[in-house]
This record gives sequence, structure tokens and C-alpha cells, in this order.
Amino acid sequence: MTLTLGHYLSLGAMLFALSVIGIFLNRKNLIVLLMAIELMLLAVNMNFVAFSHFLGDMRGQVFVFFILTVAAAESAIGLAILVLLFRNKNSINVDELNSLKG
Amino acid sequence: MDVQTGFFYLFSLVLLFAAFRVVTARNPVHAVLYLMLAFSQASGIWFLLQAEFLAITLVLVYLGAVMVLFLFVVMMLDINMDTLREGFWKHFPLAAALGALIALEMAAVLMGGFRITEAPAVLGQVTAPVSNAKALGILLYTDYLMPIQMGAVILLVAMIAAIALTLRERKDSKAINPSIQVRVRAADRLSIRKVGVTQAGAAPQPLAAAAPDPAPQENK
Repeated sequence: MTLTLGHYLSLGAMLFALSVIGIFLNRKNLIVLLMAIELMLLAVNMNFVAFSHFLGDMRGQVFVFFILTVAAAESAIGLAILVLLFRNKNSINVDELNSLKG
Repeated sequence: MDVQTGFFYLFSLVLLFAAFRVVTARNPVHAVLYLMLAFSQASGIWFLLQAEFLAITLVLVYLGAVMVLFLFVVMMLDINMDTLREGFWKHFPLAAALGALIALEMAAVLMGGFRITEAPAVLGQVTAPVSNAKALGILLYTDYLMPIQMGAVILLVAMIAAIALTLRERKDSKAINPSIQVRVRAADRLSIRKVGVTQAGAAPQPLAAAAPDPAPQENK
């Protein structure tokens, strides 16, 4: 039984499903939400790398490179906002973020 | 079952277990540590896919920088987990069922639809084969030069935004300003006043008004 592209894509799908239920279960905890988003991006990157390998095209890996860049920027700004939020409200509960009344 | 398949299943099982623990861990520090485990296993799988540069980048950038940043932030915050996790186990069966449904459906489609086993020869590679890092670098610095500059700008903006968001002036901090310290001159600290050697005494007052001066002359 050799590895096919489908194995890697299924692994990415399972990882994505796990992070979706993580977002669903930890709706109140902002920091676990950020971590679940990181896992989701990892699942997407897994698909890109798998396609890049099995189709023999390096451009998929270039795209993963840019996704990693944007994910690093996103987590840096997200954590900065989280720190600011904790300083002002002394909590990271998403339910308490209702001061905009949107 | 060859060695590569065995390693794939090993990495995959540990990766899925770690991802599951990330979303269910009670302590957020444990969640971050499991996330680090998940990223290291993903790096192993990328090694199996012969994407060495990205695998090492994942370890260096993600495990080395981003996850440590997460760890710092999680340890800095004092979080009351009990209020954040209420309703967790109530929603767990529904979430698990939905997740299993998504994963099984996608796996059924993907395992049947993508049966490619062999990697073809790299497209456009007519010369001698180069390493993964070199091939990626050639592509990045020729076709993708403009996007890589934009990526650099994004990182710069992220750095400035993170600093600007978290910077604050504490009112109770007694910091010194080195530039003001350096620029100080002697005249700012010490003033010399010419005082005559002898001074005429005050005119004699009537005794009733001669109360002692309550505020002594401040010594300049």
C-alpha cells in the first residue's frame, strides 16, 4: 500500500475538521480561537505542499511561503490585540466584547 | 508497507492527536505545547513530501518564533478558564459528529479521486536537478520578486502595528530620558548669583510688628 495524494489530502481534511470543531467548541476563548486558526492554515499548507509534490510544480511551495508570512503577521497582530484587550477588560472572553453594540 | 508509509502514519497519528488536544486542553499552556508538537509533526510530513526548505522554515519560524510568542502571551495573561469553558462538554457531541462527518466525507472523496502515487519530473527542469531550497529560491527571486517584496512590507507593517498597539506610557514609571540627560548644561542645574559682601540692615521696626519671619529665605 503506497502513499497517494489522497492520503495527504485526507490528512489535511481531518486537520481542518478538527480545527473547525475547535472553533465551534472554544467560542469564548480568544486565544484558543487563534490557535485553531493556526491549525487551519497548517491544514491548507499541507494540501498545497502535497499538490506541489505530486504534480511536480514548485509554485505550490511558493504559495505556502507567502501563507506562512501572512500567518506570522496575523498572529503577531492578533496577540498584540489580545494583550491590549486583556489590559483593558481584564478578560479574554469573547462574550464580553460587546462595547461596540454591533 | 515501506518505511515512508510507516513514517506517514506515525506523523499523521501524532499530528491528529496533538491537534485534538489543542482544542480540548483545559490549560492554555498545554494547548500551546500541543500546538508545537503538531507543527513539528507537520514538518516531518513535509520532509516526506520533499519540501525541505518549508519544513525547516516551519520549525524555525513557527516553533521558534510564533509559538514562543503564543507561549509568552498565554503565560502573561491570568485567565479564568472555568467561565471560558462553560458549555464545552454540552456542545461536544454535536461538534464531534459534525467534525467526523466533514472528515469522513472529504476523505471518501479525496481518497477515491486523487490516486497519484508517483511524483512526476519537476516541470521546466531541463538542466541538472537542484535542491529544493535552491529551486524555491530561483522561483522566488525571479517570477515572484514583487510578491516577496510585498510580503516584506506586510511583515514590517505587522511589526510596527504590534509595537504601536502595545506601547503605552505608564504614569507611575520613573524612567529617565537619556537624550535630555545628555543635553543638560551646567547652567540648568546651578545658577550663580552675585551677592554683595555687606548688606545694609533692615530698618528698625516697631516692636509690635516685629514678628519672626515664618518662611525662611530659601537658599538658592
